Amino acid sequence: MGKKKQTLHHILNTESAAGVICTLPFTIGFLLFMIVPMGISLYYSFCDYNILTPPVFSGLKNFQKMIHEEVFWTSVKVTFKFAFISVPLRLVFALIVALLLFRSTKMTGIYRAMYYLPSMIGGSVAVAILWKRLFALDGVVNKIFMAFGMKEPISWLGNTKTAIWTLIILAVWQFGSSMLIFLSALKQIPVSLYEAAEIDGANKWQQFWKVTLPLLTSTIFFNLVMQMINGFLAFTQSQIITQGKPADSTLFYTVYMYQQSFQFGNTGYGAALAWVMLAIIALITWLLFATKKLWVYEGGF
Amino acid sequence: MHKKRKIGNIIYHVLVLAFGLVMIYPLVWMVMSSFKETTTIFTTATKLIPDKFVLSNYSTGWKGFAKTSFAVFFKNSLFISIAATIGTVLSSAIVAYGFSRCRFKGRGLLFAAMLATMMLPAQVLMIPQYLWYQKLGWVNTYFPLIVPYWFAIQGFFVYLMKNFIDGIPRELDEAAKIDGCSYYTIFTRVIFPLVKPAMITGLIFSFMWRWDDYLGPLLYVNSTNMYPSSLALKMFADPSSSSDYGAMFAMATISILPAMIIFFTLQRYLVEGISTSGLKG
Repeated sequence: MGKKKQTLHHILNTESAAGVICTLPFTIGFLLFMIVPMGISLYYSFCDYNILTPPVFSGLKNFQKMIHEEVFWTSVKVTFKFAFISVPLRLVFALIVALLLFRSTKMTGIYRAMYYLPSMIGGSVAVAILWKRLFALDGVVNKIFMAFGMKEPISWLGNTKTAIWTLIILAVWQFGSSMLIFLSALKQIPVSLYEAAEIDGANKWQQFWKVTLPLLTSTIFFNLVMQMINGFLAFTQSQIITQGKPADSTLFYTVYMYQQSFQFGNTGYGAALAWVMLAIIALITWLLFATKKLWVYEGGF
Repeated sequence: MHKKRKIGNIIYHVLVLAFGLVMIYPLVWMVMSSFKETTTIFTTATKLIPDKFVLSNYSTGWKGFAKTSFAVFFKNSLFISIAATIGTVLSSAIVAYGFSRCRFKGRGLLFAAMLATMMLPAQVLMIPQYLWYQKLGWVNTYFPLIVPYWFAIQGFFVYLMKNFIDGIPRELDEAAKIDGCSYYTIFTRVIFPLVKPAMITGLIFSFMWRWDDYLGPLLYVNSTNMYPSSLALKMFADPSSSSDYGAMFAMATISILPAMIIFFTLQRYLVEGISTSGLKG
């Protein structure tokens, strides 16, 4: 008995057993909270299911419905528009500010805090309701424009052309984390490269295009992938600020998905939407990776 | 030459500062508005400093709605955030140790799965998870908001800590082994105390993400007295429950207070966390 216990103890203390045991929480969590729900939803995406009645297998019906649903295509269009405008703008701002703050002065810490603060709390409900008030008819934005001579207040959130821009501005405003990533990448570029460029007679502008930018491409790529995924999944802000209104002009895919599954009870259809979303994100990520070798420099310094 | 440089410096500071002020203007405006008399907020919207500093918005807001005070909502938020955060940080540390120090069958696959959870966003999982938790009878409890986090399901934190543990010299493990430590006591006695900086970074991020979480409570919490502050704030701001903007901004200000405090006291860890792991904050 004593010997047997000894061996068990011994087995548990081997490297591979310790590895399996230490990573066990993740293994269980991954199966229980990711794989199982995803399996369930994969099945439901092929079912007629609305929470109240039991699911009935219906083949590709949900996916066919999607193709013929005009609102579905509207939400895809809105989401693409949002992501393809807000993400590049966000990265450009992040890069410009990172370049500005790279120069270190006594004030750098304070500046960095100022520029990062919006990103820090930007995802909160507090900011969403603030934004809604800023762009309201009697909100600050109109008040400021009118102080500068605008005659009539603009209904920013009520106009199909402007509503999405309030959300884009909100997204661009939160460029802080990309900025911090750019900052740390900038710090890794050896000074000797700039010295060499200077000896060769390159001015600051040329140094930026020929040294800084090429060496930052892998960081830009990383930021682009991460932010694109986030861009496609924007939810909280649009759900609170516009709820897809007016006339579905800000109906993000995730909001559409939420409405279908939880407000209209079309759970099966919602599950199908989730899988299509996943496919779209995978496709976008794959496309980005496919273009990687065309513009990303991965050699050393 | 010297003078030219000085002028350049001044222009630089003026520009960066001015643009920075534009950046934080909306937030400053909100905080300032919360101290204005509620009827004057929009008539004096272009003025930042209140004519008369009042605290009444805070007292009216604090009363909350549906007979539930904001004290309850904040208490709920605090409970959920802390419970989920402790779970995330502890479980991630153990899992990260396993990935960093042990080779075992299936490690590669498991590690890939872990990285995949970083790419797989909550929004895609919301319906599948909801159906699953409903089956488990977890709807309208805090379980969906806490339990999964005790299983290190957020790859970000595992990745963060694994990178950190990778940087701890293996000689320490060897020495401990010679002193009679098992793989498990090496973790508790050697690695765990050393991994603290990464755990603080993890604590900060996890706490803030949980505190701000809106989708989770929106799906799983139905009773008003169980609302966390994020959801309560949304309900409070709905035109049907209140159009008292002063009170709304006052509660919104309180709700971003924890993030602000963390930000100004622990900025160093935050910046480190974002730049080393490269994820959003």
